[in-house]
Amino acid sequence: MSEPKDLVAVMDSDVRKTPRRIAFITKRTSPQVRVRDEDRVMTYPEVFFRAAVAIQVLAIALVVTSLLWDAPLEGLADPMHTPNPAKAPWYFLGLQELLHYFPPVVAGVLIPGLVVMALIIIPYFNINVEAEGLWLRDKAKRLRIFGIVVVVFCIFLAVFDVWVALVPTLIVAAFMLLAARTDPQTAKGFRQWLVRKPLSFWIMTWFLVELFVLTAIGTFFRGPGWSWVLPWRA
Amino acid sequence: MANTVDQLLEQVRENRIWRSIFRSGTGDSNLHKSLFVQQNVFLHLFSIKARKRTLEFSATWYLGAMTLGTFLILVITGILLMLYYHPSVPQAYADMKDLQFVVSSGVFLRNLHRWSAHAMVFLVFAHMFKVFYRGAYRPPREFNWVVGVVLLLVTLLLSYTGYLLPWDQLAYWAVTVGSNIASAVPVMGSKIRFLMLGGTAVNANALLRFYVLHCVILPLAAILFIAIHFWRIRKDGGIYAGEPAPEVESK
Ligand code: HEM
Repeated sequence: MSEPKDLVAVMDSDVRKTPRRIAFITKRTSPQVRVRDEDRVMTYPEVFFRAAVAIQVLAIALVVTSLLWDAPLEGLADPMHTPNPAKAPWYFLGLQELLHYFPPVVAGVLIPGLVVMALIIIPYFNINVEAEGLWLRDKAKRLRIFGIVVVVFCIFLAVFDVWVALVPTLIVAAFMLLAARTDPQTAKGFRQWLVRKPLSFWIMTWFLVELFVLTAIGTFFRGPGWSWVLPWRA
Repeated sequence: MANTVDQLLEQVRENRIWRSIFRSGTGDSNLHKSLFVQQNVFLHLFSIKARKRTLEFSATWYLGAMTLGTFLILVITGILLMLYYHPSVPQAYADMKDLQFVVSSGVFLRNLHRWSAHAMVFLVFAHMFKVFYRGAYRPPREFNWVVGVVLLLVTLLLSYTGYLLPWDQLAYWAVTVGSNIASAVPVMGSKIRFLMLGGTAVNANALLRFYVLHCVILPLAAILFIAIHFWRIRKDGGIYAGEPAPEVESK
């Protein structure tokens, strides 16, 4: 087996199962033609059928929900009477929670802007494409950088009193340290799984945890004047 | 009984008029199954075959498919709701009351649209994280990830613009809170907010703008980008299946 030069011809010989195909592949192959002899199924009906089942299950769940619970409808809009608290839709409550700590330019423009930018560039950054465990190489150096970043970031959050974002950060950082203290040769189960996780995994997981915690707090734990309330007391 | 039904269906499918519309014809061969997909302008966004591994539930949790499902439900229920809705103040709110008390199944229709909208926002996030954690954003799928980010934003905007339409207190103040954020943009903040609302506060103009965005512009954008998204899945080599594919055998 030699490295394909410029042109390679591959012929699918299973004529009875599949229509005869001849593919001419230049050196920069697309991933689809690189695959040989993987089990394949026909999109129609197999894939469509499964997708239809998934959509059906979802539709039934939504219909049942709609029969059991009514969508909210309050009184006619009245610009003279501000409800307290006035809340955005739930998926923006994480942002509204941040508005409580930071000036609007930061919480309403800078942070969401950075999040969208970060999401877009994810696949273009090599650290995200690499799949190697974070602590498997250059451990000492990486631990130092990690320590500095976490401490600086936590001080920043503490200065602005953003405890709701600081606690999740510390929890994720604790798991990262646990991974760092795990020996990849001997560890088993969960810790073996942890130690294989690349940096991109940690960043995204931190983002997911923050998103979840901030949204939940904005939705359930905020009352009049954005004060702290317990949902079962409201 | 089942046999006669089958025969009848077969006859319909062999009919000249039917065949002039659907060229794939009848039959169970892989050729026919291929033509079924390939000869249909909508289905031909998809590849003819798929790797078996990618169909396992654990691969995608079918989150993308379910996101599409919520979108379809929203389009159907949305069109029905449009039949009863006027984007004007205060008629919009009265229409909500009519849906509640006058229109048959009006409450159900509105509930289904509302809960499906929440479900879509949730599912689109879930789908994104699932794609990320299985590493399916990596090249050559990087551009489809970007298309996905656009779809995420379109979904959020769809939901946000729809939130205002009932014109109740909840709608009015949620949108007011959101639009105030727009005015925090440096330099052009108040201009952006003015453009968005068609005025300096949430009023009848804002309702009309949100209505047009919600019922025309954003759904069209969503359909366009979903089409690109699906077509790119095919062009990027099908759904990501995990480990790198085996090398080509030369000769
Ligand atoms: C209206 C919204 C969306 C719809 C209807 C949709 C639909 C789908 C479907 C049906 C698939 C097939 C595989 C699967 O189910 O995972 C898919 C794959 C994919 N989606 Fe989405 N998606 C949407 C939004 C997003 C978002 C927000 C992202 C990420 C930011 C994204 C990124 C991707 C990528 C990269 C793939 C390819 C994965 C692979 O090849 O395995 N999509 N999408």
